[in-house]
Amino acid sequence: MHELSITQDILNIALQEAKNAHACKINKISIVVGQASGIVPDSVQFCFDEMKKGSIANEASLDFTIVPTQVKCRRCQHVSSPKDIIWMCDKCGSGEVDIIAGRELYLNSIEAEQEEAYENRSS
Amino acid sequence: MKIEVVKNILDANAVIAQKNKSLFDQHHVTVINIMSSPGAGKTSAILETARRLKDKMKIGVIEGDLASQVDAEKVKKEHLPVVQINTGSGCHLDANMISHAMQNLPLKDIDLLLIENIGNLVCPSAYILGEHKRVIISSVPEGDDKPLKYPIIFVDADAVIINKVDLKAYLKFDMDAFKKAVKNINPKISFFEVSCTTGAGLDEWCSWLTAASKRKS
Ligand SMILES: Nc1nc2c(ncn2[C@@H]2O[C@H](COP(=O)(O)OP(=O)(O)OP(=O)(O)O)[C@@H](O)[C@H]2O)c(=O)[nH]1
Ligand SMILES: [Mg+2]
Ligand SMILES: [Zn+2]
Ligand SMILES: [Zn+2]
Repeated sequence: MHELSITQDILNIALQEAKNAHACKINKISIVVGQASGIVPDSVQFCFDEMKKGSIANEASLDFTIVPTQVKCRRCQHVSSPKDIIWMCDKCGSGEVDIIAGRELYLNSIEAEQEEAYENRSS
Repeated sequence: MKIEVVKNILDANAVIAQKNKSLFDQHHVTVINIMSSPGAGKTSAILETARRLKDKMKIGVIEGDLASQVDAEKVKKEHLPVVQINTGSGCHLDANMISHAMQNLPLKDIDLLLIENIGNLVCPSAYILGEHKRVIISSVPEGDDKPLKYPIIFVDADAVIINKVDLKAYLKFDMDAFKKAVKNINPKISFFEVSCTTGAGLDEWCSWLTAASKRKS
């Protein structure tokens, strides 16, 4: 779907955070993606490899943590991880469920290198 | 060095959406985000709704499409203020597009703003725009299994319009199964069975919409 704009958002957040920390190079960006967020990691990876060029994230890798979809049964309170897109309680078979995990979409952390002058000052 | 960030990737959108909402509230504009797959009847529903409500309240429209002014032209014929957003290849409207579009609308003269999102059941629901209610239009020809295949869009919705009920006789559409599937994942949702062609069910839908609108004092 809209991986291009999502990837731009990821890059923007990472670059801003790096700037705030006086970093000169980003080595890794870790993001958390829920299975029901609608985001396809492969497409984000593809967009990222293009968009990072010319920025301080030029050599950065993208690290994905995938959060499986979890639904909680309103009848028996059991928590299931539906294997396909059909949401159902795998204990009692009810479809009366609330989604409790799988919609995550956030940037967790970045790994970066600080400008030398700044590094010396702070150490 | 590791920098902990823990920031929602859609935060930038959420911040703008909140600003939009404040501005809408300031002007007492009730905003409805209408989402559906292509051709389910968003434009038809907007036109039929406006025809029924325009003597009671002032209605404005934002039309979202990949390209063309076709839908906005239809709305203009009803003498309603309308802004067309063309997203190019963009598959959803976002809060930033709305913040620009609303600058071209006479907000002080609008009670109810109907936003037609891009025809797509997947991603428009991930982007809040600053709306007060979210409405999904499903149509009989699409089949009754859409809530099973695209559950997320129904989770945050306030109402579902089931359009094109005039075609029920020609198609297999299990209304009870459809509603049950939606209620399973969102028990608070309201249903309206309508036909924009015959007008069936539209009054009930318009009553709900009227009740949902604050209107200017
Ligand atoms: N039979 C029947 N046809 C309908 C009904 N409502 C809309 N249509 C037809 O369905 C087609 C699509 O309707 P639109 O209102 O343009 O749908 P839309 O969701 O705005 O479509 P996009 O903007 O292209 O995504 C048109 O040919 C309408 O005349 C209905 O209640 N019954
Ligand atoms: Mg339309
Ligand atoms: Zn159960
Ligand atoms: Zn999209």
